[in-house]
Amino acid sequence: MSFEIPDVMPALPEIFILSMACIILVVDLFLSKTSRGASYMLSQATLIIAVLITVATFSEASVLSFSDTFVRDGIADVLKIAVYIATFMVFLYAKDYLKDRGLFKGEFYTLGLFAVLGMMILISAHNFLTIYLGLELLSLSLYAMVALHRDSIQASEAAMKYFVLGAIASGMLLYGMSMIYGITGSLDLAVISANAANVSDNIVLIFGIVFLLIGVAFKLGAVPFHMWVPDVYQGAPTAVTIFIGSAPKLAAFAMLMRLLMDGLGSVSAQWQDILILLVLLSLAVGNIVAIAQVNIKRMLAYSTISHIGFLMLGVVAGTEEGVSASMFYAITYTLMSLGGFAMIILLSRKGFEAEKLADFKGLNQRSPWYAFLMLILMFSMAGVPPFLGFWAKLSVLSAVISVDLVWLAVASVIFSIIGAFYYLRVIKIMYFDKAESSEPIHCSKDMSLLISVNAFAVLLIGLFPGGLLSLCLNVVSAS
Amino acid sequence: MFEDMQTVYIWIVLAPLIGAIIAGLFGKVVGRTGAHIAAIAGVAIAFILSLYVFKDIVIDGAQAFNGAVYTWLVSDGVRFEVGFLIDSLSAMMMVVVTFVSLMVHIYTIGYMKDDDGYQRFFSYIALFTFSMLMLVMSNNFLQLFFGWEAVGLVSYLLIGFWYKKPTAIYANLKAFLVNRVGDFGFLLGIAAVLMYFGSLDYATVFNNVDKVNNLTMSIIPNQDWSVITVICILLFIGAMGKSAQIPLHVWLPDSMEGPTPISALIHAATMVTAGIYMVARMSPLFELSTTALSFVMVIGATTALFMGMLGLVQNDIKRVIAYSTLSQLGYMTVALGASAYGAAVFHLMTHAFFKALLFLGAGAVIIAMHHEQDMRKMGGLRKYLPITWFTSMIGSLALIGTPGFAGFFSKDSIIEAVGHSTIPGASYAYFAVLAGVFITALYSFRLYFMVFHGKERMDEHTRSHLHEPSWVVTLPLILLAIPSVVIGYLYVDSMAFGNFFGDAIFVLPQHDVLGEVAKMFAGASSIAWAMMLHSVFTLPFWLAASGVATAWFLYMKRPDIPAVIQQRFSLIYTILINKYGFDRFNEIVFAGGSRAIGKICWRYFDVKLIDTFVINGSAKTVGWVSLILRRMQTGYLYTYAFAMIVGLCGLLLIFVYPLK
Repeated sequence: MSFEIPDVMPALPEIFILSMACIILVVDLFLSKTSRGASYMLSQATLIIAVLITVATFSEASVLSFSDTFVRDGIADVLKIAVYIATFMVFLYAKDYLKDRGLFKGEFYTLGLFAVLGMMILISAHNFLTIYLGLELLSLSLYAMVALHRDSIQASEAAMKYFVLGAIASGMLLYGMSMIYGITGSLDLAVISANAANVSDNIVLIFGIVFLLIGVAFKLGAVPFHMWVPDVYQGAPTAVTIFIGSAPKLAAFAMLMRLLMDGLGSVSAQWQDILILLVLLSLAVGNIVAIAQVNIKRMLAYSTISHIGFLMLGVVAGTEEGVSASMFYAITYTLMSLGGFAMIILLSRKGFEAEKLADFKGLNQRSPWYAFLMLILMFSMAGVPPFLGFWAKLSVLSAVISVDLVWLAVASVIFSIIGAFYYLRVIKIMYFDKAESSEPIHCSKDMSLLISVNAFAVLLIGLFPGGLLSLCLNVVSAS
Repeated sequence: MFEDMQTVYIWIVLAPLIGAIIAGLFGKVVGRTGAHIAAIAGVAIAFILSLYVFKDIVIDGAQAFNGAVYTWLVSDGVRFEVGFLIDSLSAMMMVVVTFVSLMVHIYTIGYMKDDDGYQRFFSYIALFTFSMLMLVMSNNFLQLFFGWEAVGLVSYLLIGFWYKKPTAIYANLKAFLVNRVGDFGFLLGIAAVLMYFGSLDYATVFNNVDKVNNLTMSIIPNQDWSVITVICILLFIGAMGKSAQIPLHVWLPDSMEGPTPISALIHAATMVTAGIYMVARMSPLFELSTTALSFVMVIGATTALFMGMLGLVQNDIKRVIAYSTLSQLGYMTVALGASAYGAAVFHLMTHAFFKALLFLGAGAVIIAMHHEQDMRKMGGLRKYLPITWFTSMIGSLALIGTPGFAGFFSKDSIIEAVGHSTIPGASYAYFAVLAGVFITALYSFRLYFMVFHGKERMDEHTRSHLHEPSWVVTLPLILLAIPSVVIGYLYVDSMAFGNFFGDAIFVLPQHDVLGEVAKMFAGASSIAWAMMLHSVFTLPFWLAASGVATAWFLYMKRPDIPAVIQQRFSLIYTILINKYGFDRFNEIVFAGGSRAIGKICWRYFDVKLIDTFVINGSAKTVGWVSLILRRMQTGYLYTYAFAMIVGLCGLLLIFVYPLK
């Protein structure tokens, strides 16, 4: 048996992130409390260089490596770049929050970078084992991050719940993988796809798909495997919530796409109905329960659940158009959710968490500019044209309509109309209610700048959506 | 000079927009001076670039530009985009709009100097300039509609600029509601265009008129209507709202509640002419429907005559000019109906200059009189305000059509053209426009004599403070007076009778009334001179002269007579002072009627059916469901794990079990 040295070039960004995470881990040991900023700067530099590496090596062609367990294609590159940028924004948004609460530690950054590595592996997975590897690396980092605030009972409780439920979901995912391995005889996604079409025993196949989908649905937070989402979003420090709520969604989308399109694309009829059910449940529960929330972090958690419903809608279509629409949705949603949570961080300060909806009352009187930014974000999440969220919804809906599932599109629109209520309520509270506190809002220059850029990106990409839309379509159809 | 004309076009619209944003959003930061510098700079850039475009298109004869600069979305083959159509028609409109706007901007520095809303005002008028430019430069119906609504919005905001004044709020609400009626027709018209042509692009629509020309639609069963006629009339209803034609004219006189600079800019020179511009732009459609043209002509003629008559009994200086504007818009509309599009747009241009001049002159008088607008308290202002007096005289002479002045050429072209028209309603229209000449001269010089000549009727305090306003006010008056004199002479040959507009305007050979008129002057080297020489032998000249003479007799020679006339003909006077009862009628029938219907709907449908059943019912259901689901979120780990297991079993039950 000969051992071939794999081509490591496709995995250059992964190797870079891994090395840097280790270096930061070591460097951080020698830093005094006052010079902790160095870890932060190093992490940010790592992400920026990672963007440069990926952009420099970008190509739409797909390359397999590491005995076909790893794939680097256009989709992977675009999603990875989105992950780096999202994480960069998270680190920046989180900085002051962490400092104020004595959480400004190297662990946040090393765990964050390991999570990024997990996401990258997940995005580039071409084998059940790589998928599982990436998923676990990501999840374990996130569990630890949720518990970062050790003294907080809430955070520890949330981390415990997340960990136990995550373990159950991982178990189910593994079980589903073993079923499918059993009937297709391979762990390689391409081989599975080829063999699955000729499987005689549909029962085992669907049995496996159900378990597999539960694993993905848990990671995405789709109903009825969503229970952890609100508790973790609320319990975790906001700086961690903003991380969980943004970049990992891109990885979860990649996981869904790799498993269902790359791995089980040939038997899409078998999983389409299951996915439709999950979509409908997520849209219904997410939108309706969000209305009853008074805690804005919980509200955004349920809003995430409903957005996940929309995100899966494109994959339901099973076409190139649908997958690219979902990808667009994932990127869009990440951008909006970063802005939304950043606003919460912005309004919080030492000893005070702006978690209640009521904390947004009369924001317009306290700071018209931030109120305006939040207005852009909320309109966009509700899907009001011309903001970015409108295009995301429009593209998944048109993908669904083009495969003749008009009823599903109509149902989705109805739920999103119900959902518009709680976004608009935030706007109403900001503009029409009287402010309860007249304290001016303090925040550092860099955060203020980034949050403005973030909200305006939502507006500007909404006005000129063509570039991002066609980028998504190009990379999806090229792979 | 510029490599790419497209960049020039984009900057023409962007410059005022940037000015508006700076003055509006950063008004506090940049201060009063900063705000007016930003707004004026924006409009000045637009004006200079418009002149350059005018030179390029009209003087150098460059190819017309038609193209999209930004596509927002393509839905089902229909493109929603921002695009420009720059030909001689839009180039001329751009110059007129930006020039008058620039004058008004400068004037505003003086007029609004003590107002708290100084920056807000500059922001609005710069925004108006942007919207109006979007409207005239558009190459598609959607952008036209955007500009149409945007100018309407700014007009609404400016009429109610002094938002603490109840009459201003009433007036802007009225303008808003009446324009809604017109815009509804306009929108239906655009929808009909989209439905039958499948495109909103001007060029595509005009190139396909032949395919739609013979189609009919039946809205009422067994009644076949020509599609083109329906489209044209619907579009024209939009124009009736914006250009204040009977019966949708009621908002314009009330709009005088706004500050005078905007009366000049929006409610006289530019926005209200948008309807005229739109119909001229749509000439390839309107030409195909004689019915629509007749409709246009009759409406215009009625407005021209009857609205002018109302100017005779008004005592508020701005309202007299407002009714004059209505009447002149009527003239333009008549010209459109007669297919004399060139003359209509020509009159639009000359009118923009002299009417803006008259309004700004009235504004100067109002400042000098400390915001007194009643002409009965003025008189003899000539010696106190010499520049205002002289420029207002030029404006009035241009308005009544004194040979040689701008209004003469455009108005006489219209009258002659209507005289040659043969479509139904033309003879009525001819009578109306002729009679209108006398009326115009009478009310114009009534105003002129009452304000600038005769006895000084103001109180002593006001008199002692009378003086000419500062140069920022008088300079625009002088700059507007120049085109009010010469522009007609310069452009009558090419615009009214020549080939100025080229392909921008389309006239069927059998409708070419201006061509017929031009034949009268065949052989003359300059139609302008021929018209002036000829005018002494025509009715309009003598009608105008007798109008002036009557005004002089009634208000200078025997100022006691008007009161006697008023008593003798009290019935007519009552009708006129009540503006033919349009306001009362609207108040009772439309406002009252819709309030009554609203009340019924509210009481029976809204409260009983919708509120209790649909709204509260569904809200309660949603609230109830969400409460239950929230209860399920217990916070206990085992509940969550259990939910996952239930989910798993459910999925297996639904998807795997049936395969057994």
